[in-house]
Amino acid sequence: MNAKVNNKLKLHAGAVVVRFGDALIVDGAALDLAAGELTVLIGPNGAGKTTLMRALAGLVPAEGRIDIEGKPLASLTVRERARRIAYLPQGHVFHWPMPVAAVVALGRYAYGDAFSAVTDDDRRAVAKALAATGTESFAARAVTTLSGGERARVALARALACEAPILLADEPTVSLDPRHQLVVMQLLARAAHDGGAVLAIGHDLALAARFADRIVMMDRGRLVADGAPRDVLTVERIAAVFGVEAFIADDVTGRHPVLLRPL
Amino acid sequence: MTRAEPTGLRLNLALAALILVLAVVSLMVGPAGLSPREALTGLFGGDDPAAAIVVRDIRLPRTLLAILIGATFGLSGAALQGLLRNPLAEPALFGAPQAASVGASFVIAYGIAGATSFAVPVAGIVGALVSIGGLVAIAGRRASLSVTLLAGLALASLAGAATALILNLAPTPYAALEIAFWLLGSLEDRSMDHLMIAAPFFVASWVLLTMNARAFRALTLGEDAAASLGVDIARTRLLVVIGVALGVGASVAVAGSIGFIGLVAPHLVRRSVNSDPARVCLPAALMGAALLTAADIAVRLVPANPNATAIEIKLGVVTAIIGVPFFLAMIFRERQLIDGASS
Repeated sequence: MNAKVNNKLKLHAGAVVVRFGDALIVDGAALDLAAGELTVLIGPNGAGKTTLMRALAGLVPAEGRIDIEGKPLASLTVRERARRIAYLPQGHVFHWPMPVAAVVALGRYAYGDAFSAVTDDDRRAVAKALAATGTESFAARAVTTLSGGERARVALARALACEAPILLADEPTVSLDPRHQLVVMQLLARAAHDGGAVLAIGHDLALAARFADRIVMMDRGRLVADGAPRDVLTVERIAAVFGVEAFIADDVTGRHPVLLRPL
Repeated sequence: MTRAEPTGLRLNLALAALILVLAVVSLMVGPAGLSPREALTGLFGGDDPAAAIVVRDIRLPRTLLAILIGATFGLSGAALQGLLRNPLAEPALFGAPQAASVGASFVIAYGIAGATSFAVPVAGIVGALVSIGGLVAIAGRRASLSVTLLAGLALASLAGAATALILNLAPTPYAALEIAFWLLGSLEDRSMDHLMIAAPFFVASWVLLTMNARAFRALTLGEDAAASLGVDIARTRLLVVIGVALGVGASVAVAGSIGFIGLVAPHLVRRSVNSDPARVCLPAALMGAALLTAADIAVRLVPANPNATAIEIKLGVVTAIIGVPFFLAMIFRERQLIDGASS
């Protein structure tokens, strides 16, 4: 968008440590997120993926270094942070039956205040997010009346409407049917290929293998692998980290490994 | 989005007009019935000195207090519901008026201060602050409906027991009786002094609560998503707790315990603003003002037993009689949510 165009590194994290009381949840994680890349963070339950993501989003206090577009995360004001990092938490919760368009417009929260009117930029960003996620046909419906797949897309539209250079999505495909899992992963891949730095947590290794430009594997608080899907997803590593036996084939184009098992 | 704006505006104008009408009726109704013309000429200094005294010194303060207290409860309910993302949140369900009663009745019982000094609202505010602060601390991040309601029940019961203890240990039977009636909630015989004592707290409460209206809207996505959008959750929580405590504490100090306006008012207007937890604040306040003014007219129309100690039915009794069935109906409507939250 500006002079930062050639600087593709959006988020740089080094030696990130998060403790809850005495428990060490994230143990020295180092991670870079670059514009144009969809990174998928995988790991067994309890590995610390969500906590790491919340630390990167500035929502839990963390030791170590986290830089957002070259500036320390802690030095940003809440509003500056909100304009740079869009965070999509697990569960796609909507507490009030507000219309979909109003929910998506919450993505523009950090661009206004109590006294400012909705700007043309806000309208354009909301319309774009609705169109990208295919949710404009039910934009006037109450969000609580939607199906799980529709809600997931609305939640993602809300995050996209932030138009932040960094998108962090915690299990965006959980509890979705196969078609909607594909739809959501395609949307995340598109957000990345449009120039975003996207990090998504996932449990479906086959889905990660198919869509990720990069996979980061986490186990018991540590990042144990980081690289291209075919390098990270090996039978040995999956057995060591997940305790399951995998069977991996190569797709004909050779770009992505194809997991025939465990899933 | 844009479609809701004219509806909200129309609703607010209609409610403001309703409040005006009710206010005039409130100036007319009482032991000495007045026509609308008599009431208005009395208000603006007409030629009948008796009517002027009745309207200006007796009925105007109680009418204004009904409007201000009703608005405060309506806004407090909307704010607590927005903060806790929960349509059943209400100051009275969290024991806020009850706890305010403990503080205020303690001050009254021991004659620490006269009923029109600042000590009573301050004691009430401290009580409300403790109860709502405790509730928000307990119900905290998860905002589970069952935990919130149970914690509120516990706090309300504790406050009830503390008030009973004060009544129990009251220095004179007269003081006990005075507290007992005051606890039922009433606007009878309130003067401009009461209004002047409470008004600054009401205004402070409104400012603190409306300041956070935008945050309530973001909170519909849950605390983590709201925080990522730039809402300072801890600050929002603190300001809302203080705002509700200031308003409820001052209300209880001048009018005793009045419940359920905060539950009913936001619910009646929520659909007209597309359930937007920010936009619901203004109509909820207006609806609260209209409801309490109407209730305060009703207590003057229902004939009480002339031999009874109380001349009028108490306002808190009326709001509870209307509010409790409403609350039960809402629980049945929301039972899916409650069952889901407790599992």
